[in-house]
Amino acid sequence: MIKFDNVTKIYADSTVAIRDISFEVAEGTTTVLVGPSGCGKTTTMKLVNRLEDPTEGAVYYDGTNTQEIGVTELRRDIGYVIQEIGLFNHMTVGENVATVPKLKGWDDGQIDDRVDKLLELMALSPEEYRDQYPRELSGGQRQRVGVARALAADPDVLLMDEPFGALDPITRADLQDEFLEIQAEINTTILFVTHSIDEALKMGDKIVIFDVGELVQYDTPRNILENPNSEFVRDFVGEDITLKKLSLINVDEIMRPTNVIEDTTDQDSKTAVTNGGEVMHHLAPGDSLKSALSTFVESDIQSLPVVEDEETIGVIDRDEIYEIYNGG
Amino acid sequence: MIGSYIEFTLDNWQDLLQLLIEHIELVVQTLIIALPLGISLGIFIAYYQPASLSVLWGAGVAMTIPSLALFGLLVPFLGIGNPPVIVALVLYAQLPIIRNTYIGLTGVEKDMIEAGEGVGMTRWQRLRQIQIPVALPVITAGVRNATVILIGVATVGAYVGAGGLGDYIFTGIYQANTEMIVVATVVVSLLALVFDYGLKIIEQFLQLQNGEDVALTRGTKAITKVIT
Ligand SMILES: Nc1ncnc2c1ncn2[C@@H]1O[C@H](COP(=O)(O)OP(=O)(O)O)[C@@H](O)[C@H]1O
Ligand SMILES: [Mg+2]
Repeated sequence: MIKFDNVTKIYADSTVAIRDISFEVAEGTTTVLVGPSGCGKTTTMKLVNRLEDPTEGAVYYDGTNTQEIGVTELRRDIGYVIQEIGLFNHMTVGENVATVPKLKGWDDGQIDDRVDKLLELMALSPEEYRDQYPRELSGGQRQRVGVARALAADPDVLLMDEPFGALDPITRADLQDEFLEIQAEINTTILFVTHSIDEALKMGDKIVIFDVGELVQYDTPRNILENPNSEFVRDFVGEDITLKKLSLINVDEIMRPTNVIEDTTDQDSKTAVTNGGEVMHHLAPGDSLKSALSTFVESDIQSLPVVEDEETIGVIDRDEIYEIYNGG
Repeated sequence: MIGSYIEFTLDNWQDLLQLLIEHIELVVQTLIIALPLGISLGIFIAYYQPASLSVLWGAGVAMTIPSLALFGLLVPFLGIGNPPVIVALVLYAQLPIIRNTYIGLTGVEKDMIEAGEGVGMTRWQRLRQIQIPVALPVITAGVRNATVILIGVATVGAYVGAGGLGDYIFTGIYQANTEMIVVATVVVSLLALVFDYGLKIIEQFLQLQNGEDVALTRGTKAITKVIT
């Protein structure tokens, strides 16, 4: 969907922002650009919607060289969450979200429906937030509005430049989780920028690691953890590689499914600590093995039930996690 | 003493009203020309920064020319009456209008402009949908400033036959008629205050429209209450 072909960008003041970069963002996937501050991530992003043009090489959008696509048209087809959010402070939340549909000339009724739908998607009740001004919102809410605005005209591609960077860790984790759910639903092609390797591992199908202006490794999260191709990547990934690997795998990927509730109570009642029928320690299918491991440590038992909608749907043994932890 | 002023006012209210209307007409006619001119110049220098210093300097210099001298200089070209006065007043109004337009437009947060570019607004759309609405309260403050200056300076226009409340002031000086001078001056001041307050309300309204935090004047509060 997006293809960088040996792209170099040198700014007018002869700063080399990126040099000879090549990678692809496949349709419907999320590719995360990660690297230290000033390494050229924002520049790379701006090359996609032609806020900057390449000095050498070419960027392809859906197979066409972006130089052959009209700037305005290209930008309206690509959703863009800029690093500073950049909400229009003089417009209400609803007007902010309506920006691109309005530019595209949708009719009013259609725009209103779309705005409400997006606010709901971003967990902002339309009745409460539609007529508020950005200044009245918290950082997390502003960020949600920024994402809603970028998604408003149903873009084929979404560019997100450190969208959760300025938030506190808890809000950030919440928004990341929510966004992963939204992504599963809307299935847009996403190019996501962050300086946090943890965020990259969590959000990306593919990860592009940048050192100053250079692409160092372009791979799946798992491969980056298992086969870092350089000292730089090893340092960047940092400590706790195994834990990070566990955080990439979800409970439902390795659990043993159980079909009937009685099964678990029969077989595993000794292991799943119960208290008057209420399960004290359990896991959710979407939990990562990392958080499962922490639950195992806390509860000090051998197996835990996986519970969804108050029904036990599977079981996980501690040893299975240990196996992955030790062997890969 | 106060009694004589009131008496004068009651005896001459029809003339006063006539002069007041002339005065307002003069100011409004000036604004009709001064506003588009000043705002265009402000937009121009906001986009073409190299010109900003000289344009603002020029508008500043225009304000320092004594009004009487300026009227006198223009009469040979434009005759007596309204035309030379309006031309001069337009010049006087430029500095506050240009300056506030320029400050308002260039003061818009860079993030918002960049976001506008990112969502595919053309330069014109960014001006129309982001910069001008954000700058409008600041521009209105400039217009308010200019209007108050115009109401004062317009009195001098009577000297070259433009009419308005200045007529009474000059005649009063000529006839040594204190009541005439004082009453006309008070009316000029009241007129300036009314315009100042009215424009302040508009300014605050625009700020509210932009979601800004403002300490509202009583007038704005009252009007907001009536509207909502
Ligand atoms: N408009 C510009 N003109 C000149 N240099 C720039 C410009 N924008 C960015 N740079 C420089 O290019 C490099 C990469 O910047 P950027 O892409 O913003 O990095 P990142 O987003 O990874 O922090 C930096 O050295 C930065 O100072
Ligand atoms: Mg950046």
